[in-house]
Amino acid sequence: MNNEVVIKAEDISKLYRLGQVGTGTLSHDLKRWWALSRGKEDPYLKIGSENDRTKKSESDYAWALKDINFEINRGDTIGIIGKNGAGKSTLLKLLSRVTTPTTGQIKIKGRIAALLEVGTGFHPELTGRENIFMNGAILGMTKKEIERKFDEIVDFAGVEMYIDTPVKRYSSGMYVRLAFGVAAHLEPEILIVDEVLAVGDAEFQKKCLGKMNDVASHGRTVIFVSHNMQAIQSLCKKAIFLYNGRIHSQGPVEATINDYLKKSSTSSYVSFQGDHKYSNEYIELRSIKVINEHEVGGNFSIDKDVRVEVEAINISILSEINVNLFFNTLDGTCVFATCSIPQIIKPGHFTASCHIPAHYLNDMVYSLNIMVVNKGAHVMLAKDVISIEGIEPPRPVGWLGKFPGLVRPKFNWDIK
Amino acid sequence: MTKHTESDDTDKWDIKITSGGGYLDFHVKELWHYRDLLMMFVKKDIITVYKQTILGPIWFIAQPLLTSLMFFVVFTNIANISTGAVPAILFYLVGTTLWSYFSETLNMTSKTFTENSSIFGKVYFPRIILPISKIISGLVKFLIQFSLFLIVWLYYVFIDKKITPNWFILLTPAWLFIIVLLSFCFGIIITSLTTKYRDLVFLIGFGVQLAMYITPVIIPLSGVHGKKKLFFLLNPLTSLFEAFKYGFFGQGIFDFRWIMYSVAFTIVLLATGIFTFNRVEKRFIDTV
Repeated sequence: MNNEVVIKAEDISKLYRLGQVGTGTLSHDLKRWWALSRGKEDPYLKIGSENDRTKKSESDYAWALKDINFEINRGDTIGIIGKNGAGKSTLLKLLSRVTTPTTGQIKIKGRIAALLEVGTGFHPELTGRENIFMNGAILGMTKKEIERKFDEIVDFAGVEMYIDTPVKRYSSGMYVRLAFGVAAHLEPEILIVDEVLAVGDAEFQKKCLGKMNDVASHGRTVIFVSHNMQAIQSLCKKAIFLYNGRIHSQGPVEATINDYLKKSSTSSYVSFQGDHKYSNEYIELRSIKVINEHEVGGNFSIDKDVRVEVEAINISILSEINVNLFFNTLDGTCVFATCSIPQIIKPGHFTASCHIPAHYLNDMVYSLNIMVVNKGAHVMLAKDVISIEGIEPPRPVGWLGKFPGLVRPKFNWDIK
Repeated sequence: MTKHTESDDTDKWDIKITSGGGYLDFHVKELWHYRDLLMMFVKKDIITVYKQTILGPIWFIAQPLLTSLMFFVVFTNIANISTGAVPAILFYLVGTTLWSYFSETLNMTSKTFTENSSIFGKVYFPRIILPISKIISGLVKFLIQFSLFLIVWLYYVFIDKKITPNWFILLTPAWLFIIVLLSFCFGIIITSLTTKYRDLVFLIGFGVQLAMYITPVIIPLSGVHGKKKLFFLLNPLTSLFEAFKYGFFGQGIFDFRWIMYSVAFTIVLLATGIFTFNRVEKRFIDTV
């Protein structure tokens, strides 16, 4: 493999406007025009805030990416990692030419194909055959290339019988297989893949990752964006770790993943002030912290103990109270609730800590509710006060899939 | 991912993604590479419109026929508006065929960004392909409708012998080409503006409806006088429609100066259209 640079990003930054994009812009534009025409400065351009989604920004604009520089050589397999909102998707959009950077430039050598979604441009009224051509063309294949691969694609998807049926009559499985079939038979020099491709059933995931391994082993360049450290580690040799829109580190995949895990577990806690104040005549909640091996963080390593600390002020309750924590999935299902033993707490500051042992939570996002109960009724209920994400350190064995289930307890096994 | 080096700036890069610039570029080479995609879009447009209809493509013909009949009843029989020496039904047929091409193409291309934002957000291809595909699929429909007109026209020329065409008929493709360009340009300008201000959509729909009444679709230009005539002529479509009819019917107003006005108008509009479209396509996905 030679060291020819095929992608070079030079000082790219991307500015996004926050809040209601697309509505009310006429009034913004008019106000801006009015301000500028009187020689005043742009009232909306208070840029410079980092894209830290845990804090409320003072400005209407935020840098989704800031001063990004990197080079990718031919044949490299690069993983792009980072928390939600770190700028991964934005970088992907820039690389796939869906949008352009605010400053800087990206230079690319060779044919590039981006798979941000399977089945882009599929039309339900068109037949399977027509959609293969449609989708292939959208992904940049010529008609000749598609014709050459046509049988392979149909074979891969297993839809020979229905190839001339409109895809609206396909089962969802057939639909996805056909869509992925087209994508899998692309032959670009540079392939950009979003992790959304890796969702779906295990078989599909395996196919997907297998195909990417295939591409990479043929000396082509692959850029893969994912939360799944297992997949990143097995597929990629190098990684770029994005943090709040900047490159935090880049280099060999192991070192970068370690960096990510370390950095992820030292970010923030939530303090209840201003808009998010939870207080009434009985109780005032002050803050919630998630501590993973003595570090405060929104993300935690699932192989370490997790402690959740709630700080509050007892204003007026003289009888027994207990503190409850609810662990919910993002769609609102309660995974479990845990409560403290009822006890009398002196009015004033107090801290309630809950210890969750290592190897109990799964690698997913939990949203926490806090409830304070007095005499069998709640005196305070704060919903979705913090989101915490479990991160799994790289596994030694080959399987890359996600562990099913909302928890992942480690039980004792005996095999005789 | 080696360290940032300055030495390789002499290398040849295939793609440069930058923040702006090149707003007047029209990348023919890139378009040529994506010609198959263009044809796929055209095919999709034509196939999907009449899927699951009983009469299918017959609707292509029924549309202008029914509109012309309606015009005939309303404007000729009830309102008594003259179409000059040209048989009314023929006059309306060519008018509605041309007008429906113009307005429908404009309507389709003006939705380029808003209707395709989900595709545009996921994959890159030259965005201009979509509006181009709309003018082509519109042309296919136009040609079918136009052949209906030709049949009626041939009847009046050879059997009824009411009208005699002249040599200007050979310039028909040129007039048609300019009309195509006009609808395309208006469409891409509108779609570029509506990514930001959706209100325009309503204004445009109304505007296009009104524009029909200052285009010789119902009333021939010869039937308009005074200040109203200037209004008609300032509409770049008017002289083109008239020239179109002049060739086929041998009568109407053919004024070379006003044709040049339409051509100049189109050129300015084309430059404006490509400029705004190029500007918007780079970043519209951030605002829709």
